[in-house]
Amino acid sequence: MESKESKKMVFVTVGTTSFDALVRAVDSPQVRDELSSKGYTHLLIQMGRGSYFPSKFSGEDGSLAVDYFTFSPSIADHLKSASLIISHAGSGSIFETLRLGKPLIVVVNEDLMDNHQSELAEELADRKHLFCANPQTLHQIISNMNLDSLVPYPPGDSVPVAKLINRFFGFPDD
Amino acid sequence: MSSLRRAFKSLDPDLVFNDMEEYLEAGFFKLTPFFIAITISLLAIRLTYVFLRSSKPFVDPPERVSTMIVLGSGGHTAEMLSIVNVLNKERFSPRFYVAATTDNMSLQKAQVLEQSLHGLRNNLILQGSSEAAQFLQIYRSREVGQSYITSIGTSLIAMMHALWLTLKIRPQVIICNGPGTCIPLCVAAFMFKIAGLRWSSIFYIESIARVRKLSLSGLLLYKLRLTDQFVVQWPQLQRKYPRSQYVGRIM
Repeated sequence: MESKESKKMVFVTVGTTSFDALVRAVDSPQVRDELSSKGYTHLLIQMGRGSYFPSKFSGEDGSLAVDYFTFSPSIADHLKSASLIISHAGSGSIFETLRLGKPLIVVVNEDLMDNHQSELAEELADRKHLFCANPQTLHQIISNMNLDSLVPYPPGDSVPVAKLINRFFGFPDD
Repeated sequence: MSSLRRAFKSLDPDLVFNDMEEYLEAGFFKLTPFFIAITISLLAIRLTYVFLRSSKPFVDPPERVSTMIVLGSGGHTAEMLSIVNVLNKERFSPRFYVAATTDNMSLQKAQVLEQSLHGLRNNLILQGSSEAAQFLQIYRSREVGQSYITSIGTSLIAMMHALWLTLKIRPQVIICNGPGTCIPLCVAAFMFKIAGLRWSSIFYIESIARVRKLSLSGLLLYKLRLTDQFVVQWPQLQRKYPRSQYVGRIM
């Protein structure tokens, strides 16, 4: 049994659909070695409806321990216990991770027809809130990333929108 | 009778009528273009009025407004519920949540939000509290991966369903943020607006995922000017679409 202090988990999430290219990428020796050399001890993959199953490793020999599952009712606990999150580009998991203040690498799915998702990831990467990669560049991004360069994400606020709607009807602001 | 026929003939030499009935029929058909012209002009006047009055704030604040909230998949629903969360629940009531029939998660999340509201003020006697929120499902125009040919049929069904739902609810406010299901609902509401059956104010809040370009739903509603207020979450998007408004990010 490893002590909690030494456990550094990387959590990978593909969301509600499938993203085999991402699962394949994190399962590659290149990425696993890169994560290992950065001091991460565990890799947990939420693989969704994908058909590519990564190989499991117990990590007893000191290498990166790898485990996976398909779906979970709530990924919040996994996000909380992870030290690094590698996620698909869906806005839901991006903002859930940023709100927790966890380091995040967003991997854009280039196979999607309507690839507007990269817009958000690129904009947030420009603002240094996260790192943006694609399945091919993931190992380079991990090798070059400097977590200290990340800027905390200031949470948004829906009150101004509510005020705009209130003003339209002449309702006083609460 | 023959003198009358002569009189008609003098009015229009091309026409000879055998009896009164035939004359009236012919007259009716001759008048048809006139009626069409009148109808089109009236419709044009009405449309101009609707377009001009839309996006104008209310002068007399209503006491409360029935509100239709259109939910979508994952990210859309999270953004929409964060807006609903900060709306005044007494003024924006009753609330009708609408989601696609294939989307089970969104209405569940809305139910959780509504239940938490009840928990907050279970000491208060809410007038018709069971009616405060309703949850409805609507057929989708097109599922992901569906062929374009079959989607013509399903779009028609979706439109009929949207008309029926909007007629049943007759919302004073529609708040939506981009799932495809909001298009038939907004179009239906706008048709009832023109018909004078119900004045619905339509608010569109483009998803935060749209940084450089509007979504297809957003673009349609913007170009057709169906919305009263159009909100975007990035300043660069606001500059590109000057009739939109930017009040910061909601996520």
